[in-house]
Amino acid sequence: MTALAFYLFAGVLIASAVMVVTARNPVHAVLYLILGFFNAAALFLIAGAEFLAMILVIVYVGAVAVLFLFVVMMLDIDFAQLRRGLQRHAPFGAVIGGILLLELLLVVALWRLAPEAAALRAAPVPPAVDNTEALGRILYTDNIYLFQLAGLILLVAMIGAIVLTLRDRPGTKRQDIARQIARPGRIDLLRVPTGAGIATTGILRPEPAEAPAAAKPVAHQPQGEGH
Amino acid sequence: MAEIGLAHYLVVSAILFMLGVFGIFMNRRNVIVILMSVELILLSVTLNLVAFSARLDDLAGQVFAMFILTVAAAEAAIGLAIVVIYFRQRGTIEVEDISALKG
Repeated sequence: MTALAFYLFAGVLIASAVMVVTARNPVHAVLYLILGFFNAAALFLIAGAEFLAMILVIVYVGAVAVLFLFVVMMLDIDFAQLRRGLQRHAPFGAVIGGILLLELLLVVALWRLAPEAAALRAAPVPPAVDNTEALGRILYTDNIYLFQLAGLILLVAMIGAIVLTLRDRPGTKRQDIARQIARPGRIDLLRVPTGAGIATTGILRPEPAEAPAAAKPVAHQPQGEGH
Repeated sequence: MAEIGLAHYLVVSAILFMLGVFGIFMNRRNVIVILMSVELILLSVTLNLVAFSARLDDLAGQVFAMFILTVAAAEAAIGLAIVVIYFRQRGTIEVEDISALKG
C-alpha cells in the first residue's frame, strides 16, 4: 500500500516537473509547480518527515508559488516571443541533463552505507517522540545559532526585496515629518465663529513663497532632478 | 511490490534534479521559468536529505532541509524582486539580452 502511494506521488511529481519546464504558458507552469510541491509533501509524509511536509506546503505553496504567480501575472510579457529558440536549446539541455542523470544513477546504484555510519549520527531520532517535537528539541538547542541565522537571512531578504522594488514616482505627495516639525513661526489656536470665514478673525493666509509649480505630467521621460 | 527504500527516493530526486537542469538550459530566455527550475533543483536536494534522514534515523538531515527551505524562500523573493525592477527598467526579461554588468 505504501509502495503504491509512493509510486503514485512520485509519478505525479515527476510528470508535473516535466510540465513546469515545458509548459507553454508560465501561469500553467506555476500551477504545475504547486502540484509538484503537494506531491513532494506527500513523499515527505511517506518518509516520516511530517513537520517538513507541512512546512513545504505552507512555505512553497503558500508563499513562493503565489509569489511566482503574482509576478507572472503582473508583468506584461510576450511569452510567445520568449519561447523562440526553445528547440535550439533543448538538445543541449537534454545532453547535460542526461549526463547528470546518468552520473546520479551510477552513484545511486553503487552507493553503500558505511558500517560506522550509525555511530556518526548527529541527532539520532529519539524513541517515542513525535517528529515535530523531536525537531523542535534539536532546533532550539543544538542549532539555535543556525536558527537565528535563518531568521536573519529572511530579514535581509525581506528588506532587500522592499528596497529593490520601492520607487519614487515624480508627482507623488508625501508627508515630510522633519520639515513639518522644523517649520518657522508659531501656531495659535483660535475660535472661529461658525459660518464666518477665517478672515473675520484677522487671520490672513501667508503668501506662498513661490508660485506653486504646475502639476508635473506623470511621464516616463526622465525628469531633470532626482536620481 | 518491493518495500520503499532509500534508492527509490534517490532515483526520484535524481530525475527531479535532471529536470531542473534541463529546464534551465531549455528556457534560456525566460528568467521566471529559470527561477522555477532552481526551485525544482532545491526540492530534489531537500527530498534527498529527507530520504537519508529517514534511512539513518538522523534528524540532522531534516533540520538541514528546513534551512534549505528558508534559503529557497529568500532566494525566490530576491530573484523575483530583481525580475520586477529589471522589467520596469527595460520592458523585457529576456536573459540573453542582459549584459548591463559586462561593461
